[in-house]
Amino acid sequence: MAALHFRNVTLGYDRHPAVHHLKGEVAPGALLAVIGPNGAGKSTLLRGIVGILKPLDGSIHLGGLDSRDIAYLPQSTEIDRSFPISVLDFVATGLWRGTGLFGGIGKVAREKILRAIASVGLNGFENRPIGTLSGGQMQRVLFARVLLQDARLIVLDEPFNAIDSKTTADLLALVKHWHVEGRTVLAALHDMEMVRTHFSETLVLARGPVAWGPTAEVLTPENLMVAMRMCEAFDDSAAACSADDARSRAA
Amino acid sequence: MIYDALIGPFTEFEFMRRALAAVIALSLAGAPIGVFLMLRRMSLVGDAMAHAILPGAAVGFLLSGLNLFAMTAGGLAAGFAVAILAGLVARSTGLKEDASLATFYLASLALGVTIVSIKGTNIDLLHVLFGNILAMDDQTLLVVAFNATVTLLVLAVIYRPLVIESVDPLFLRTVSRAGGPAHLAFLALVVINLVNGFQALGTLLAVGLMILPAGIARFWSRDLTVMICLAVVAAAVSGYAGLVLSFQTRVPSGPAIILVASALYIVSVLFGRVGGVVRQLFPGRHLEA
Ligand SMILES: Nc1ncnc2c1ncn2[C@@H]1O[C@H](COP(=O)(O)OP(=O)(O)OP(=O)(O)O)[C@@H](O)[C@H]1O
Ligand SMILES: [Mg+2]
Repeated sequence: MAALHFRNVTLGYDRHPAVHHLKGEVAPGALLAVIGPNGAGKSTLLRGIVGILKPLDGSIHLGGLDSRDIAYLPQSTEIDRSFPISVLDFVATGLWRGTGLFGGIGKVAREKILRAIASVGLNGFENRPIGTLSGGQMQRVLFARVLLQDARLIVLDEPFNAIDSKTTADLLALVKHWHVEGRTVLAALHDMEMVRTHFSETLVLARGPVAWGPTAEVLTPENLMVAMRMCEAFDDSAAACSADDARSRAA
Repeated sequence: MIYDALIGPFTEFEFMRRALAAVIALSLAGAPIGVFLMLRRMSLVGDAMAHAILPGAAVGFLLSGLNLFAMTAGGLAAGFAVAILAGLVARSTGLKEDASLATFYLASLALGVTIVSIKGTNIDLLHVLFGNILAMDDQTLLVVAFNATVTLLVLAVIYRPLVIESVDPLFLRTVSRAGGPAHLAFLALVVINLVNGFQALGTLLAVGLMILPAGIARFWSRDLTVMICLAVVAAAVSGYAGLVLSFQTRVPSGPAIILVASALYIVSVLFGRVGGVVRQLFPGRHLEA
């Protein structure tokens, strides 16, 4: 059974599609990079997968996972960094699934939290308020939370933006470890070199699928050119999609 | 001498003891709510909501005169109606909550003042606007205590989702559906506590005993739990000192309480450990690492 199944899904805003008619499957345990120029619809697709954006058409099947089996790291978070909460407490929210409303954080859970914080290299930061962290340190904190979420499907939207090379290497190691553990990982990325060397499968997106398959076959200059060109025009007064029309007439 | 001034009024007069009990109940429940209002940048929402309660209370007043029980029921109904309507409008249209509240509460305030002035005298209007904590009867005191208890219980239940929703709403949305209900429950608590404060301080000042202590607490701690405890203490101290001040000087009790809280606030702004003015002007030498 596929971890993710796109059934002719169209995602967008205000009836304007941002990702058109995507079909295909992601196998369980896949390590999939989603690439494409700015505005290609990468974030839109990931939002659709985690369920915060409803498809305009078609559907996305999660292969038996419910929303709590998904860990999502958005491109721009809505985190209120001025809220008085420590790194430890913040990372602990990743255990939400286990603790629920009331469950206290016992000794075992505390150990787990501390280990997660240590494995993103933030020992000694446990009691710092999150407002006092640098951007890269905050990104590490977010990874620690994903770690605790222990999710089958992990969705990362440009996780290495504005992150130095040392931190990137550390976090990338985590991503590969998740892959080894058999979790399905999707990441929207801009660094082609990283995709080529670390991701086995790639989806080139440009407001619709351009190519999808093993990275070596898909990541070609031709595909990237096509993607680039397809993203240049955005027509605000577009008519209703004709692919839809054809189907509704047939129905 | 000092005993006469600070403790005497309470041993001597029943109504002062009741007022003190009321003010402590208000502090225990209202101050934590105020801390969340402040941290969620909803201080003015609280203020708006306080006005929204007025027409309901006024209808209660129309029906049964200056009966605090009827006014409470009316206030609760009106407050919930406005809170939920505004919340729904905000959630379904993407309008910011404060904007949609502003419309609702302005209409409510106008309606409320109109209703009171149709039947009542100016004294009644003053009472509704500024409250009278010294006129608490047993029944009202029970209502206040009951509301405070309910608040603390509900707050315990929604505490975790509320914290997560305040820090990272997107995260809560992806892992759980508790965010919406927790937010609505929180708004309900705001209303309950405003109605509570309304008995003692009136519509215009009720929110003061929630927001000012929260503002005081933020200058002394960066930790949420400590902040909440400090806010409760600050509220109770203001309440007590305000009552004493009012007793000794004939300043009306509600304003006296809020004035004391404001004085504490100013001291905190100046000398607070976290971001206080003096601390910023004379930070001391920088550390080694
Ligand atoms: N909230 C929104 N409302 C309306 N349109 C949106 C919204 N978010 C994105 N879009 C539009 O949808 C299209 C795809 O945006 P998306 O954010 O998915 O791109 P992306 O591939 O993630 O780009 P980037 O590399 O810049 O992050 C863009 O044309 C964008 O303008
Ligand atoms: Mg994006």
